[in-house]
Amino acid sequence: MKYGQRTFIFTFLFIPVLVYVVFVAVPYLTSMAVAFTKWRGLSMNITFNGFNNFIKLGNDENFWNALSHNGIALIALPIVIIIISLFFAFLFTQGIRGNGFFRVAFFFPQVMSAIIVGVLWSFVYHPTIGMLNGFLGILGVSSMKSFPWLGDPNTVFGAILAVTVWQAVGFYMVLFITGMESIPPHFYEAAKLDGANSIVMFIQITIPMLWESIRTAIVFLALGAMDMYAIVMIMTNGSGGPSRAADVVPRYMVEAAFQNGEWGYATAMAVVLMLIILILSILSLRFTQRETLEF
Amino acid sequence: MASPAFTQQNRKERSTFTIWKALIYVVLAFWAFMVIFPMLWATISSFKTDQEIFFSPWGLPGALQWDNFARAWTKAKLGIFFFNTILVIIPAIGLTLLLSSMVAYVLARFSFRGKQFVFYLFLTGMMFPIFLALVPLYFIMQFSGLAEAAMMDGASHYRIFFNVMLPLAAPALVSVGIFNFLGQWNQFILPNVLMSNVGLDESQSRYVLSQGLYYLYGQQFYQSDWSGLFAAVTLVTIPTLVVYILFHDRIEAGLTVGALKG
Repeated sequence: MKYGQRTFIFTFLFIPVLVYVVFVAVPYLTSMAVAFTKWRGLSMNITFNGFNNFIKLGNDENFWNALSHNGIALIALPIVIIIISLFFAFLFTQGIRGNGFFRVAFFFPQVMSAIIVGVLWSFVYHPTIGMLNGFLGILGVSSMKSFPWLGDPNTVFGAILAVTVWQAVGFYMVLFITGMESIPPHFYEAAKLDGANSIVMFIQITIPMLWESIRTAIVFLALGAMDMYAIVMIMTNGSGGPSRAADVVPRYMVEAAFQNGEWGYATAMAVVLMLIILILSILSLRFTQRETLEF
Repeated sequence: MASPAFTQQNRKERSTFTIWKALIYVVLAFWAFMVIFPMLWATISSFKTDQEIFFSPWGLPGALQWDNFARAWTKAKLGIFFFNTILVIIPAIGLTLLLSSMVAYVLARFSFRGKQFVFYLFLTGMMFPIFLALVPLYFIMQFSGLAEAAMMDGASHYRIFFNVMLPLAAPALVSVGIFNFLGQWNQFILPNVLMSNVGLDESQSRYVLSQGLYYLYGQQFYQSDWSGLFAAVTLVTIPTLVVYILFHDRIEAGLTVGALKG
């Protein structure tokens, strides 16, 4: 290796790696250690705490409450979003006009920021001036007049999940349409000769051929379901909802760290979250593994 | 001559066909409405007075209240938030593109000891949830500065990189830049958590847009200026909308292809 080349490699790697180590690697590694400490408030008095943070976590009702909401999202979001977006992707293959317009419109919420989506939908859900209650009024549903969708423990989390679905459907639809475009047309031609209609073809050809895309969607949505920090923060005004009815683990973690100053405890929560995510990614990849069709 | 039965069947097929098509359009139009209407409604509301918003939420504004935008821009400090965001975003995108293309170039073109290590170092960082890094990151931001620029000698490798490789990679850099713009523009967690120390910034003079809007929205519960908030939401959406309309093909392709390969 020439001398000049070695210095070149060194200089070019040095700054990016340094930035990365300071802002990414060090925080992640430090977290693993902080999770085992007792560290409260603004003092730099940090003591080793063994597994006590994790034991405390096991007895913390608020943590289980938050985790249960991530769990609900984990089951509901992939199922609902994948079904709706597959359905739309299917409709797009039926030779319709205005294809481009619908595609652009459906995808747009994906590029909107969480804060805009959150504030926009808080307007929609607003008890008196909100669009939703307005529509219900027009439809003659008078029992829902001035109903606070985000202020009622029974509806707040469902309302937030609906927003997540609204935002994600366009993205997964485009993902599936892209997958469908790469399916060779002679598969369909052959099926048509056998007299299959478009629904049969969709179930027997499209879905198996799309399996890799669907798998990707499941993993992405599972990871998203374990997060939900931004949308929950915004739509519950930072509180996690009335009686924590929409709380999620990341929000509770931030509360523990930045409001209560329980740095060690909060970090232990983040470690548990990371382990869950790790296990989930492995499981969802394993469970969805199938022989890929070669074509 | 076609038999009557045959024509009848044909006609029946055609009519189910058009009903089917019509149904498809109804469904698609419904979802398009679901997507567009809330935004349209917020935009229309941003031109109303608070009175109109409360007492005729469905009506059109009597007169266009441009004052809402002026109020949002100056009194609600949206102008400062925009300025701060741009101040953060431009160097952030520039540095991300520069640093990542430097690493990518070295990793792609040379083989050296530790190459695999560097590669996986960067890759593993992407897999952990950001929440795990939050607490240490917060303290790093509080206590440390960052070492500065590199020293470069005039060897030809550098010239190859800056004069040949970067221009060649320009289309890819533009794509990465667009995603970065959207990502940074929409970033919520990092500014809100790492700058959560309110005592540091009582006048919100260092807030970026997502923080500022979140703050304004929170304030709404104490001192309501709904028309101003609607105006703020409209103003913040415009840059995203413009970028999206200009680059939607590239954004759709990039995001979905990235999803499939990642």
